[in-house]
Amino acid sequence: MSDHIPRQHGASLLTKTARTKKRNAAETRFKAYGIVAISISLLMLLVLVTTIFSKGLGAYQQTFITLQVELLEKKLDKKGNRNLADIKKVSTFGYAPLIKSAVAAKVEELGIESGLKTKQMAGIVSKGAAAQLRDYVIAHPERIGDTVEFRFLASSRVDGYLKGRVHRDRIGNDKNISPEQLDLVDGLMAAGVVNKTFNIDFIIGADASDQRPEAAGMGVSMLGSLSMMLVVLALSLPIGVGASIYLEEFAPKNWLTDIIEVNISNLAAVPSIVYGILGLAVFINYMHMPMSAPLVGGLVLTLMTLPTIIISTRAALKAVPPSLRDAALGVGASRMQAVFHHVLPLAAPGILTGTIIGLAQALGETAPLLLIGMVGYIASNAPDSIASGLLSPNSAMPAQIYEWAKRADPAFYERAWGGIILLLFFLVAMNTVAVILRRRFERRW
Amino acid sequence: MPTFWLIACLILLSAVGFALGRRRAMVSAGGEIRDLHSLPAYYGYNVALSALLPAMALLAVWLLAQPMFIETRVSAMIPAELVPENTNLGLVMSDVRRVSEGLDLAVAQETMTDEEIRVMGAETSDLRQRLGALGIALGSDVRPEVLAAARRYRDMSHTGRLMMTIIVGLLAVVGFTVSYSRTNKDYRARNVVERGVMALLILAASLAVLTTIGIVFSMMFETINFFGLHSWKDFFFGNTWAPNFRGDSELSMLPLLWGTLYISLIALLVAVPIGLFAAIYLSEYASPTIRSVAKPLLEILAGIPTIVYGLFALLTVGPMLVRIFGRGDDGLLGVEWMSGATSVLTAGLVMGIMLIPFVSSLSDDIISAVPQSMRDGSLGLGATRSETVRQVVIPAALPGIVGAVLLAASRAIGETMIVVMGAGAVAKFSASPLDSMTTITTRIVSQLTGDTDFASPETLVAFALGLSLFVLTLGLNILALIIVRTYREQYD
Repeated sequence: MSDHIPRQHGASLLTKTARTKKRNAAETRFKAYGIVAISISLLMLLVLVTTIFSKGLGAYQQTFITLQVELLEKKLDKKGNRNLADIKKVSTFGYAPLIKSAVAAKVEELGIESGLKTKQMAGIVSKGAAAQLRDYVIAHPERIGDTVEFRFLASSRVDGYLKGRVHRDRIGNDKNISPEQLDLVDGLMAAGVVNKTFNIDFIIGADASDQRPEAAGMGVSMLGSLSMMLVVLALSLPIGVGASIYLEEFAPKNWLTDIIEVNISNLAAVPSIVYGILGLAVFINYMHMPMSAPLVGGLVLTLMTLPTIIISTRAALKAVPPSLRDAALGVGASRMQAVFHHVLPLAAPGILTGTIIGLAQALGETAPLLLIGMVGYIASNAPDSIASGLLSPNSAMPAQIYEWAKRADPAFYERAWGGIILLLFFLVAMNTVAVILRRRFERRW
Repeated sequence: MPTFWLIACLILLSAVGFALGRRRAMVSAGGEIRDLHSLPAYYGYNVALSALLPAMALLAVWLLAQPMFIETRVSAMIPAELVPENTNLGLVMSDVRRVSEGLDLAVAQETMTDEEIRVMGAETSDLRQRLGALGIALGSDVRPEVLAAARRYRDMSHTGRLMMTIIVGLLAVVGFTVSYSRTNKDYRARNVVERGVMALLILAASLAVLTTIGIVFSMMFETINFFGLHSWKDFFFGNTWAPNFRGDSELSMLPLLWGTLYISLIALLVAVPIGLFAAIYLSEYASPTIRSVAKPLLEILAGIPTIVYGLFALLTVGPMLVRIFGRGDDGLLGVEWMSGATSVLTAGLVMGIMLIPFVSSLSDDIISAVPQSMRDGSLGLGATRSETVRQVVIPAALPGIVGAVLLAASRAIGETMIVVMGAGAVAKFSASPLDSMTTITTRIVSQLTGDTDFASPETLVAFALGLSLFVLTLGLNILALIIVRTYREQYD
């Protein structure tokens, strides 16, 4: 380098030459690149989180309409003998007129001027209201003939109007809502009949069909995810810990052990969709396990999580100093006893941390679940027993979110973002537990 | 008896075995622990494990082998002329299985009796309608051979199940009795138990190898089937991807590969500079405080599930790009280059964001591993920090950084959710990043979701694609490993 530098007579170290200035400028630029890179990444994180919360929080609130419904005996129980079998014969179609007249009565009572027909007025109530009414009547047949107050879900368009998703000037082509109906909603809102409150059904409820975004919830798919996680935990923890103990403590140094080790590190980098293909080919096509069952999902995710758990468990075992093993062996313990009585308990916090992180990964994984049929399926019934929770078709949280994102009605997008908030909540909770475990119990030797 | 209850019984038996074995050992030593060879619990474990392990192992093998055994036996009953052209035996066999499942269901719901099934003929009974009523949809009327095969299939599965229950139960009882009768104070229970535990540990460790074998073989078999139905030349060297149901699909991997590589390239163009500069800043410039805040924040990006990124691409980034590059005069640039939200750029950008923490944390580890003395030497000679980084640290860390980039590329190629939601479904060769294109993983998902028929090339092509993907990502990983191992400088 030195041969390029022209001699500068009389130059002082204290004054900056043009070359020094250039070098310093390059230094500043270089540092600025780093700052820009960090800022871009953090900005992206911020954008992502704000997007999720600004779009998803709406799903936790829902618009309800409070109506007094007269449960007319001549419609619901023509014979008047309160025979449950007869009452059940009336389908939801038989209940729709009751809701229509309840809306009309409410509008009349409040004195709201509206040029709408009764049918259009009732259009602001969710299509699921009739089923809600029917369930109530079947559960309480003695109330037939009374006037009962109900809180019905408003239709998704009305809900969107209250949340600012549906605008008056953009609904020209929407056959589900008209400006007159929105006027009616304004009137009812002023009277306190229509209001927006916290919606627990989004968290504990079931998914609903394409027609009723307002009723869709995450509850059943959360149970599906829970069942899968139980399978993953029950299988991957013992297998992963067993494999790590063998490889770390007992395995002789030979080519077989080498193969196993290379294998495990390669499995950790296999794309998750390949595990889905494996699950489809082996568990469903060959072993004829039921499609869409959380058991199969759990098995696939177990195979996917195993390498993660093995790698972190081996690190935890390696961190236990050899002097402890030597001490145990020195007082007459067998090698197995030294490992199970002394090394394993000391490595347990590290193993648990790794397992929780592996589980969190499995919880958010979607791609393999697409292949074993956990999407395209409306998870409307909560499983009634452990066996059916494992074997009957269900969805899972990320699969449910994907399913909503695919549907045509934009009202489902809000649900999808809301589902993500729930999913992230679980992930954050699991990771926090892992961090706390590590902080509290980690020992440094 | 369902398998679940069988397993429950085995576990119960082994729990009883533990208690009894332990007691018998204590009794034989006259209540004096010092006279026992092993600790009392080991005698209990011995009986429990001898009852449980062989029986469970047999159960697992049986559950795996029975379907294969029955399948080969029953498929031999189906005459070759029954298999329609252009399909294979698998299609008929899936009918057989469907019918047999339907019969089982019918018996369970008491709409048929076993006796009725034994005597009924395919022509006389309206089997298709009756099974349809139970929710088992059949493509065509049940032929006599299929019905016979289904009957045989059903009988064999039932006998198999019964025999499995009996033999597994018997094995458990034998294991229990033998180990229990051997139990006395001089029996070396600990050694036996430890040998058993060791076998379990080895089994757990070899499961990883089994998984790999499972992955490779499951895809290999179906890929071979696929190449039996479809020309391999078209798959590897054709230029059109156009599956259809008329049977003349063109299934070539190249357009998908192009889409995959294009999207990965954009993702790397985003992730590598940002990730690398972030890593350099964090390890060379940042104060410990900034580092302790920024590093975990970056790692949050890595912990976000891919479905979130997918949704972000589909609902936020895609529409934003359309607003910039599309919509004609209403758009920001007043151009009409982009028609829908899905495009190579959408998926590439979002995937790039996802990969930033991956690149940065790998590079950070590698840069931090460069010894401080090298930096000190360079700084001592009068180089500025950036000159040190560019001329000393980066060259020293280069193999590791190249390895990290290759690993990121392998991640990008195998990523599924972002491209499924953000890249689109059109298979074509196009140079414009604003076009909607499709990838290998997207096609695997779309060919394998819904009702899959394992006899058509349109379904089987997914396995060939999966195998290609597996080979591609594995190759990149191994390459990364080789580069790191070969060119790594040893400083210690």
